[in-house]
Amino acid sequence: MDFRLSRDQTDLRRGVRELLAGRFGREALRAAVDGGGGLDRGLWKELGEAGFFALRLPEDEGGVGLGLPEAVLVFEEAGRALLPGPLVATHVAAGAVPGAAEGTAVVTEVSPEGLLPWRDAADVVRGDAAGAVPVRSVDPLTPLHRVPGAGGAAESVTVLLTAAEQVGTAAWCTDAAVAYARQREQFGQVIGGFQAVKHLCAGMLVRTELARAAVWAAAVTGDAVETAGAKLLADEAAVANARDCLQVHGGMGFTWEADVHLHLKRAWVRAALVLPAGRAAEEVAAAL
Amino acid sequence: MDLSYTDEEEEFRAGLRDWLAAELPRLPDRPDPLDWPGRRAYDCGWQRRLYDAGYGHVHWDASPTQRLIFLEETERAGAPYVGANFVGLLHAGPTIAAEGTPAQRARWLEPVLRGDEVWCQGFSEPDAGSDLASLRTRAVRDGDAYVVTGQKIWTSHAEVADWCELLVRTDTEGPRHRGISWLALPMDAPGVSVRPLRTLAGSTEFAELFLDEVRVPVDNRVGDENDGWRVTMVTLSFERGTAFVGEVVACRRLLGELARAARENGRWDDPALRRRLGGLAAAFQALWRLTQRNVSEAQATGGVPGAGGSVFKLHYSHARQELYDTAAEVLGPDALDLGREWNLDRLSSLSYTIAAGTSQIQRNIVAERILGLPKGR
Repeated sequence: MDFRLSRDQTDLRRGVRELLAGRFGREALRAAVDGGGGLDRGLWKELGEAGFFALRLPEDEGGVGLGLPEAVLVFEEAGRALLPGPLVATHVAAGAVPGAAEGTAVVTEVSPEGLLPWRDAADVVRGDAAGAVPVRSVDPLTPLHRVPGAGGAAESVTVLLTAAEQVGTAAWCTDAAVAYARQREQFGQVIGGFQAVKHLCAGMLVRTELARAAVWAAAVTGDAVETAGAKLLADEAAVANARDCLQVHGGMGFTWEADVHLHLKRAWVRAALVLPAGRAAEEVAAAL
Repeated sequence: MDLSYTDEEEEFRAGLRDWLAAELPRLPDRPDPLDWPGRRAYDCGWQRRLYDAGYGHVHWDASPTQRLIFLEETERAGAPYVGANFVGLLHAGPTIAAEGTPAQRARWLEPVLRGDEVWCQGFSEPDAGSDLASLRTRAVRDGDAYVVTGQKIWTSHAEVADWCELLVRTDTEGPRHRGISWLALPMDAPGVSVRPLRTLAGSTEFAELFLDEVRVPVDNRVGDENDGWRVTMVTLSFERGTAFVGEVVACRRLLGELARAARENGRWDDPALRRRLGGLAAAFQALWRLTQRNVSEAQATGGVPGAGGSVFKLHYSHARQELYDTAAEVLGPDALDLGREWNLDRLSSLSYTIAAGTSQIQRNIVAERILGLPKGR
């Protein structure tokens, strides 16, 4: 047993982080928000070329030949960078929908909760989207439709990769809160020296680490109940950490200019899109 | 990210399972919780059986993964835990093993492993709890002995212990962390007196220790004079490592029992209760995975777990308290009956966010040592 990252996995994570920092850093993120949140086809194609969507396809089918453990690391980085688009749906469609693996097609799907992200930008919509009605999405970077009469259960892989993105948000929020607490001064000292602030930060790290351990383990075991539990913990970590991060930022945290609201809003979307908390908890309880 | 065990580890597990299956039916009945000599004899008898079977050393010499397997399997089989040997096996013993002289290791380690001698811990004082470094129990050098005077508190198993790992102040000048020494105090020395403390659960799990000019040989000092704080930190990091493996296994078993009981008494129909149980099950599953990750780290970095133990303990201690609150929900009005199972455990669980470093101190550790935030209040 060695439940740490292998050297290859560490390298993969670093590589993805660097790629996303270079191609979708803060300026690109804010430009996407200011530009009305359209999907960047050029970036999508680059992600495809980097193996983002074909990651788990066998090499003889043109894929990268890696597994779920590697996929959760990649999607955690996507979550940290707030990368927009139906990333999970397109990744899951790779091999089944032409162009998905290569990043030449954008694939979205109707979630069992009756939500459909990125309908207008997508080339392929999986599931029955009849009667879809656009809504004013809370997340400026996730256009949404409501679809009547949806149902069923989300695929376990979809649930897990969404949870991995939530871990990315939880980790980003911890880092951002700590960085701000180390430089913001009040009462003649940095606020990170006050226990009231540092205890918030410590709680954020605890939630992140717990959720990350759950997501990694579910990626290794592939177990559906463990995956549901991981989603529950990752949703809680992402949403609670975004709120605490906002709190640490004080008045700045309530502004449009600070990035933290973008993470909170995306965390809400991911939490509601597949296996929301109530369902996840029921699924874990049913296995007791 | 590998959760599989090696052939050697699986062999260790299989051998242990077989041994437990044969040995546990031969154990005597568990003693009454208020019968201290009986508890000591029971716990030491169990340790002796482990020793004779080659498992006596498992907390020290085995790899972190073997230790994890040992704690997992013994808890699953319903075997006793360390009990009165807690301090000897998990605090004082590892400290002596790491910091003691060859003569000290020869004198004290074997009797702990054989279940012959019991240790207790004299760290906290009435005015030195979370702020342990402010301790004032004084040790003054007099020839080849220290003369020790002061008071300790929260000393578990003091009534039946042979030895006490004692922190004393040997220097009142200079930085307070640098004036502390670690002594092995014989509990039968003249001037030692013990007064049991009753917990809110009604039991006497720990005691106050009064020291009135007790002579302790200088040879009983482990580590250099005034270096006891560093010596102690070695001990505390053991406590925050794999020490909770058995408890996590026990909590996961309890969740199964709660679900069964709730299905029987109809409370399972309440979705709020069901979801609460589901949330706890997810949390304890994740805590188990976090333990495996901490053990993997310990295995790779040389065995002594670091601040990652604080991350674990913070979540675990709160989750376990919530677990017993949820047990009370399952029981309904029977939660007020101390004759029913789980209710005394609910009372005991109130100590988990205080003992071995309060949650507030743990958050300071996480914030300062992992996140790099400045020290301050």
